Amino acid sequence: MSLRAHVVVQRGSLAVDVEFAVADGEVLAVLGPNGAGKSTLLRVLAGLLPPDVGQVVVDGEQTWDSAERHVPAHQRSLGMVFQDHLLFPHLSVTENVAFGLRSRGARRAAARAAAAPWLERVGLTGLGDRRPGELSGGQAQRAALARALVGDPRVLLLDEPLSALDARTRLTVRAELHRHLADYAGSAVLVTHDPIDAMALADRVVVVEDGRVVQAGTPAEVARRPRTDYVARLVGLVLLPGTGSGQQVALDGGGAVAVAEDAAGPVFVAVRPESVALYLERPAGSPRNVWPARLVAATPHGSVVRCDLAGEVPLTADVTATSFAELGLAPGAAVWASVKASEVAVYTR
Amino acid sequence: MQRLAAALAVLALAGCGASDDGSTADGAITGTVTVFAAASLTDVFTDLGRQLETEHPGLTVQFNFAGSSALATQLTQGAPADVFASADTDQMDVVTNNGIVSRAPKLFATNVLEIAVPAGNPGGITGLADLADPTKTIALCAPEVPCGAAAAEVFDAAGLTAAPDTLEEDVKATLTKVQLGEVDAALVYATDVQAAGDTVEGIEFPEAADAVNGYPICTLTDAPNPAGALAFASLVTSETGQKALAAAGFRAP
Amino acid sequence: MPAPLLVPALLAVAFLVLPLLGLVIRAPWSQIGPQLARPGVGEALRLSLVSATLATLISLVLGVPLAWVLARSRIRGRSVLRALVTVPLVLPPVVGGVALFLVIGRTGILGGPLYAHLGVTVPFTTTAVVIAETFVAMPFLVISVEGALRAADARFEDAAATLGADRWTTFRRVTLPLVAPGIAAGAVLCWARALGEFGATITFAGNFPGRTQTMPLAVYLALQRDPEAAIVLSLVLLAVSLATLLLLRDRWLGRGVAA
Repeated sequence: MSLRAHVVVQRGSLAVDVEFAVADGEVLAVLGPNGAGKSTLLRVLAGLLPPDVGQVVVDGEQTWDSAERHVPAHQRSLGMVFQDHLLFPHLSVTENVAFGLRSRGARRAAARAAAAPWLERVGLTGLGDRRPGELSGGQAQRAALARALVGDPRVLLLDEPLSALDARTRLTVRAELHRHLADYAGSAVLVTHDPIDAMALADRVVVVEDGRVVQAGTPAEVARRPRTDYVARLVGLVLLPGTGSGQQVALDGGGAVAVAEDAAGPVFVAVRPESVALYLERPAGSPRNVWPARLVAATPHGSVVRCDLAGEVPLTADVTATSFAELGLAPGAAVWASVKASEVAVYTR
Repeated sequence: MQRLAAALAVLALAGCGASDDGSTADGAITGTVTVFAAASLTDVFTDLGRQLETEHPGLTVQFNFAGSSALATQLTQGAPADVFASADTDQMDVVTNNGIVSRAPKLFATNVLEIAVPAGNPGGITGLADLADPTKTIALCAPEVPCGAAAAEVFDAAGLTAAPDTLEEDVKATLTKVQLGEVDAALVYATDVQAAGDTVEGIEFPEAADAVNGYPICTLTDAPNPAGALAFASLVTSETGQKALAAAGFRAP
Repeated sequence: MPAPLLVPALLAVAFLVLPLLGLVIRAPWSQIGPQLARPGVGEALRLSLVSATLATLISLVLGVPLAWVLARSRIRGRSVLRALVTVPLVLPPVVGGVALFLVIGRTGILGGPLYAHLGVTVPFTTTAVVIAETFVAMPFLVISVEGALRAADARFEDAAATLGADRWTTFRRVTLPLVAPGIAAGAVLCWARALGEFGATITFAGNFPGRTQTMPLAVYLALQRDPEAAIVLSLVLLAVSLATLLLLRDRWLGRGVAA
């Protein structure tokens, strides 16, 4: 294992206690809501904040943090990409990228020479003499990535690298970041509150809420079997706790759901928004799960409208914009929602 | 210039007229009297002022002590005052020439220079010649003020070139440097040496007689309190005042 | 511009500018040439400029690190320290002069041994002028730079640390350049204050043409003997100060602040 960490630190009222390991070449996403302690965790890994208790060990032998020592940030072989890129405004892009090399003793000419190919790799050829203020958000973040990687660090830390970008730029930069992370040989830890970042960029995900790890696994596992409301909501799933018996689940909040597998004991019922169909009148036919509901809120997401439904069985439904308009739906409308039993996931709590 | 000539003519004709504003029916004087006086007169005049206040309850005497040239400038620029006492006649002339004295100034004392050294005479000063020694740290009054002008005359008469390290803006500032022990010697008035008591030692020198400062006093035309002005000026020139001045080390006019 | 702000602003401009205009209008322009040619004038001006610049340089070398300590370090008692080093701002300059005597005068706490063992005295020398000016002017620089450091984004220093820069390298290559406009503004303030310094200078350094008679002292003494000469000297000082302040333009002082 190339990066092994157990971090315990108190920040105000938040107690962070997180443990994980990241292998060489692996990308670990730390996913969680704001205030969960993700950035604090990253600062500890970077050496900017000593942990109260804990261990950070790199390559199995280099101890960065332990009960006896705390290696300060500038002595750690790491690169860090910040949400606001934090490129030094008084230096040119090339000088920014070369900064890490120069501060470790390289001469100016050698550092600039080493920085040049990196500018090409991130697609900033020819922009080396510009100041950060003259770059677009996407360009600046690419430069920040080059700056972090140029020193060949053992550990790469990314603190919400895409959050400050607008939606379109985020798509392109995310794709490029995926490429660079794939090429990167060390351990990478990516902190984000956007599940799509985690899904798209990470090999493994660790979900942190209130300073604690609540779930860990591959992105697909976490998405398919979310353990907490937060994660479920994040990936669009509705998570309903209940008690199963046979192919029926009695929901804790009232109501019943028919499922396709046998379930027993305390379970979670998860429904994907795209599996939920909406009708103005009670539909006849095969679906065994039909419930009356009231449309509480509707949010457009591209060509789809996400509808929040209140009722005995609260659900989220994704409806095409066309259907939404055809049905003449609006918040407050009374509708019927139905889901096929085969499309309801159920798993033990 | 014509206004000046006219003013001088009025002066010559005015003679010794005194107006009685500021005095009550029974002759008691009230209000405030503002006296601009040379720095060297600080201690004596303060005492005389208190004396006048005792004689005339209801009267307050306020002083502005500074280098005579600074005072003269303030007066010609229109500073309100009742009495002006200068450390030499040159500065008094400045004021007279501007037509603001109400009567001819009267000499009330003279003063001579004396060498002042810190207690214990750490610089080993013996006479005026030491003040021309560049290796010693010497303070003199700036030539613009009366005590500085007198110092220049004295060195001239002795045929020496002074070697000062600083030229202070009034005689009290010069004396302070001696009291702080920061200079080996300074040229100040005999009265200043006396006023400084134990902190300073005085060394008389014969050439001092070549520069005797005459101290004139006068009341001013636009005096806010003419009766008070007259009372103070009279006190200074009276026997009481003269005794006080003599006790402080001033010589007779 | 709203009237409630415009009127006081105009009054402020009038208040500050009219005395300067008065100097210019009432100057004896016909005598400017001869007055300027008098020997003391050039000396006093040269001395003023040299000593103010030296005082500013010393203030920079000593004051910037002090500002860093006040803004960034975590030592205890920082607010007490800050209060102490800004006392010269509120202390009457003459009192400052006396205090300097008590420490580095011939009989002073440090000056006494200095004189006794090395025969060196400080008062009444040009060095004393520089010391007096530095004493009153450095707090301006310290306060300015501390403000700039506080306003600067400390996260840049974090970024530099992750790139391998130790604290000294970070200070040199990241912090200093970022607060350079603030330092420049502080230096200008410091220089201007040093140039106009009177009370501490005349008390501690004394007054001697060519050695310790700076322009403000020359003006003060000239006023007693020859007001017109004083006005001319004042004009010179005004012209020099104005020229310097105009040369150091907004954009050098306020980068990042709206022009």
